[in-house]
Amino acid sequence: MITGSIAAIGAGLAAIGAGLGIGKIGGSAMDGIARQPEAASKIQTAMLIAAAFVEAVALFAVVVALMGNG
Amino acid sequence: MDCSHVFDFKVKRLIVVFTLLLAFFSVTSPAFSQVDTVEAAANAHAEPEGKEKFDIGKFALHHIADSHSWHVIGDFYIQLPIILYTDNGLVNFSSGAFLYNDDAKVVVEEGGQRFVKFHEKIYYASETANAHGQYVELDEKHHATNARPLDLSVTKNVVTLLISIVILLVVFLSVAKGYKTNYGKSPKGIQAWMEPIIIFVRDDIAKPNLGHKYERFMPYLLTVFFFIWFNNMLGQIPFLPGGANLTGNIAVTMILAIATFLLTIFNGNKYYWKHIFAPDVPKLMWIVMIPVEIVGIFTKPIALMIRLFANITAGHILMLSLICLIFVFNSLYIAPISIAFAVFIGAIELLVAFIQAFIFTILSALFIGMAIEEHH
Repeated sequence: MITGSIAAIGAGLAAIGAGLGIGKIGGSAMDGIARQPEAASKIQTAMLIAAAFVEAVALFAVVVALMGNG
Repeated sequence: MDCSHVFDFKVKRLIVVFTLLLAFFSVTSPAFSQVDTVEAAANAHAEPEGKEKFDIGKFALHHIADSHSWHVIGDFYIQLPIILYTDNGLVNFSSGAFLYNDDAKVVVEEGGQRFVKFHEKIYYASETANAHGQYVELDEKHHATNARPLDLSVTKNVVTLLISIVILLVVFLSVAKGYKTNYGKSPKGIQAWMEPIIIFVRDDIAKPNLGHKYERFMPYLLTVFFFIWFNNMLGQIPFLPGGANLTGNIAVTMILAIATFLLTIFNGNKYYWKHIFAPDVPKLMWIVMIPVEIVGIFTKPIALMIRLFANITAGHILMLSLICLIFVFNSLYIAPISIAFAVFIGAIELLVAFIQAFIFTILSALFIGMAIEEHH
């Protein structure tokens, strides 16, 4: 028997989305650093900020899933 | 972000050793002391049909929540004071009066009123016990419906907050003293540890986002950065003085986000407000633009609040769940795998502790920077 909640499935879907997003950001940052290694520190900062915005969406989903379970 | 100048080789080695030590303790202590007590408690009121199944979700949520007592080791708890603002004024007593009971089965009489503790919340007790011996009224979802006094207790999170204030004061007063005594000389001792990180906050967070007016906001940015970082690290330690989940408490992150929000709106110049209330677009577009921009003022701090809260909470739940795998499979052979994963995640959590402090500070600087930016 399957138990659990739809909220958990939603959290999983959000994780897929955030994974794709952060993967794209990380990949592009790698490209940028490979082209211009001297700009690595600037690219890393910008990458972390962009990743934080994408990550926030997945974390909203985690919060919603926690509320859905509780 | 170039942190290479922050950590030289010796520091790196120290950090590795410290990480392994932390990981070791985080693995041994919650797994073998706390789980036992929880399991014993679960067995104590198990249904007669058989042993209650180990519930990961309940266990993890119990451990990240705030508490009125502080588990130290084995059966030893520090009972923290309970301070209540009731209908008849202030009432205070030790949480030990509840005799470790968290199911509203023990009634404490104080100041002519009767209280019970139910899931770490204090309620006014009912006159008579229900069918399970609990002095609360429960609805169909097992939530208590009794009235509650205003709870001003010194809980685990409050104590952690005080501990972190003491640590921050000790560290930064000695750093400040170092700059007076070693004036013109190279930094010494704890000052030498902190200076690269303070310079990192100044050069990589404040200057790029705030421009030439960065000095006004340095005290706030440094305070927020070190407060969040120190508390994230305290949260990684599973025993005293760590163990509480302070930055994973939404009330704490809300206050931090409100501080950023207030700084943003009070420092906003005319260009910032013009951008919101009279953007440079055709007048017809204002119907759409202005509401979106107004909502934007509030979503920024709300996102800050939830990002920090959810990151730290998710980290704690992850660590606890990995340890709990041993008890879910009920086998010793799963332990090496679970411990290896927990060590790995623990190392990542140390990185996350730094990155989340960095992200919160840099986004605060970014939002304030947007508000004080001069028009070109």
